[in-house]
Amino acid sequence: MSLEINFSAKVFENRKRKYNEYDEIALTIRQDIIKSLVLAKSGHPGGPLGITDVMSVLFFGSVMKYDPSNSDWSERDRFVLSAGHMAPVQYSTLARAGYFPTEELKTLRKYGSRLQGHPGLDMHLPGIETSSGSLGQGVSIAVGMAMSDWIIDKNDRKVFCITGDGELQEGASWEAAMAAGSHRLSNFCWIVDNNDCQIDGRVTDILSVYPLKEKFEAFNFDVIEIDGHNYQQIQAAFDKFEENHKNNGLPTCIIAKTFMGKGVSFMNDEYKWHGNPPNEEQAETALSELI
Amino acid sequence: MTKIESYGNKPTRDGFGLGLVELGEKDERIVVIGADVSGSVKTSYFQDRFPERFISVGVAEQNATTVAVGLALSGKVPFFSSYSAFAAFRNADQIRVSICYNEANVKIGGGHSGLTVGPDGATHQSLEEVAFLRTLPNMTLICPADFEQAKKATIAIGEMVGPAYLRFGRPSVPMFTKPEDEFIIGKADLLREGTDVSIVANGIMVWEALKAAEALKEKHNINAEVINCHTIKPIDEEALVNSAKKCGAMVTAEEHQVHGGLSGAVAEVLVKNYPIPMEFVGVKDTFGGSGEPFELTELFGLTWKEIYASALFAIDRKKNGTSSIRKVKDVAIYTDGI
Ligand SMILES: Cc1ncc(C[n+]2csc(CCOP(=O)(O)OP(=O)(O)O)c2C)c(N)n1
Repeated sequence: MSLEINFSAKVFENRKRKYNEYDEIALTIRQDIIKSLVLAKSGHPGGPLGITDVMSVLFFGSVMKYDPSNSDWSERDRFVLSAGHMAPVQYSTLARAGYFPTEELKTLRKYGSRLQGHPGLDMHLPGIETSSGSLGQGVSIAVGMAMSDWIIDKNDRKVFCITGDGELQEGASWEAAMAAGSHRLSNFCWIVDNNDCQIDGRVTDILSVYPLKEKFEAFNFDVIEIDGHNYQQIQAAFDKFEENHKNNGLPTCIIAKTFMGKGVSFMNDEYKWHGNPPNEEQAETALSELI
Repeated sequence: MTKIESYGNKPTRDGFGLGLVELGEKDERIVVIGADVSGSVKTSYFQDRFPERFISVGVAEQNATTVAVGLALSGKVPFFSSYSAFAAFRNADQIRVSICYNEANVKIGGGHSGLTVGPDGATHQSLEEVAFLRTLPNMTLICPADFEQAKKATIAIGEMVGPAYLRFGRPSVPMFTKPEDEFIIGKADLLREGTDVSIVANGIMVWEALKAAEALKEKHNINAEVINCHTIKPIDEEALVNSAKKCGAMVTAEEHQVHGGLSGAVAEVLVKNYPIPMEFVGVKDTFGGSGEPFELTELFGLTWKEIYASALFAIDRKKNGTSSIRKVKDVAIYTDGI
């Protein structure tokens, strides 16, 4: 490979930030996604690039409570990436939070790597709470975690989960929604990556999941629709969740309107970039835009 | 005996996709259900040719399966296809009750099967579905060896009446069955005759079995018989028992767990009719992992080498009996310096 790929060692703190402070974080994560995928020669760039801004606020804006040096900390909030194919964004975020060396992003999808194509608990990568990749299961696992905290242990831990919008076509997603709503899991925050893209086309064309807001409301969620690339709106949505949690309110559903492939012009809003890695030339172009 | 040669490489999923188009031309009852992976499992060929007979249900394998049953009970011949990881397990209850118990005329194409789906990793590497599917009453289960055979098998299950599952893979693999070769559901292909050991394989392991047989002949002057047991259910008892009688030792090879798959199906037949020493080549009771397809088959022991070593071991057991207790998942290790 002629394109030289290096990962800076930079890590970011998890603290309250001004909105303009997220740019650098999101840019770094987007670069990581492109770099790790061009090295892997397979994998999914579209979803990860689209959800990067939400991940940036979630992990680096003092929304979640966690300790990268003690990933098993019993008081940590938990994050489940139900859309397991979006793993590259989770790996970069965890590395940039300091869970493991950023150099390891080079090993994505390689034999023996802790960075499996889809998150694998068997690899014991710090920060990974469950295996995922079979769509519709992660969110149900997250609901189970929230039940453990809210109903059984009665502690104040929170559970965050990201699903795709295509993933909502899985019936299991709605079984999870019904359980969270019915048990009024105030500590549960479900983020839907609403890019209207899936493998074969636009969600609207393949099988419509809309209207989303009304559906989640009918399942007893407090639903917040946001522009998933606007840090102010992302922060406000997480603040609302915090309030719902404090007041024993409804579980929260954040519908984040995003663009697949955001940040890379030729990938932007193109479903074809769901699951194809950039080749070297494309990666070079992409990286030249991500500065 | 003439050596079987390969004449190029193509994926078995292409055979499935093209077979479906051919079926669609012949029979307008053929309907295809898409579950958001039609480009991957090549039902997109059918979708392009017959858009009016392609119905998308989204990423919803359980619904796809039962919707297919509804179509079948209305006189259609529905094919549903996704990755085997989701087309055999997510919808297992639906397959058992709604397809098999109803004896509904539904066909499932299980793509991206086994380790050779590669870097996607363990979640996507289905290595257990044969064990489940072959226990279902009324099910026909086929795992073709190459592109041509996948195409013929697709057409064959579309022409038969009743539930059927076709297991195929993602990467390009050697083609060696000929367009003019006959394909009959339930009839194993005797690819190479032998008298010392019988190798029974399906899917990508058939080609490896042929390579192992060549090596056994060359290195040890051993005559290995090779059987392509593409149909796991109904299994060809006659071919298996005849080969067992002739060779007195047998090796099975499959891109699947050693537990419960082709190994189990063949062992059941032999134990009941003509028990002989048997060895199983397959995945040794572990999950897969990310890696390049043929890097993984090396690392997990799914090559001609394990078949070769297992054949020598089975022949040794035939001659000298069995001394130590071994686990089902213990596969003989290749030590020759070839
Ligand atoms: C149960 C299951 N079925 C099918 C797949 C294959 N698959 C992976 S991602 C995907 C599309 C998901 O779409 P969406 O959730 O919108 O994610 P995005 O395209 O936005 O990344 C499919 C069908 C899977 N991983 N799991």
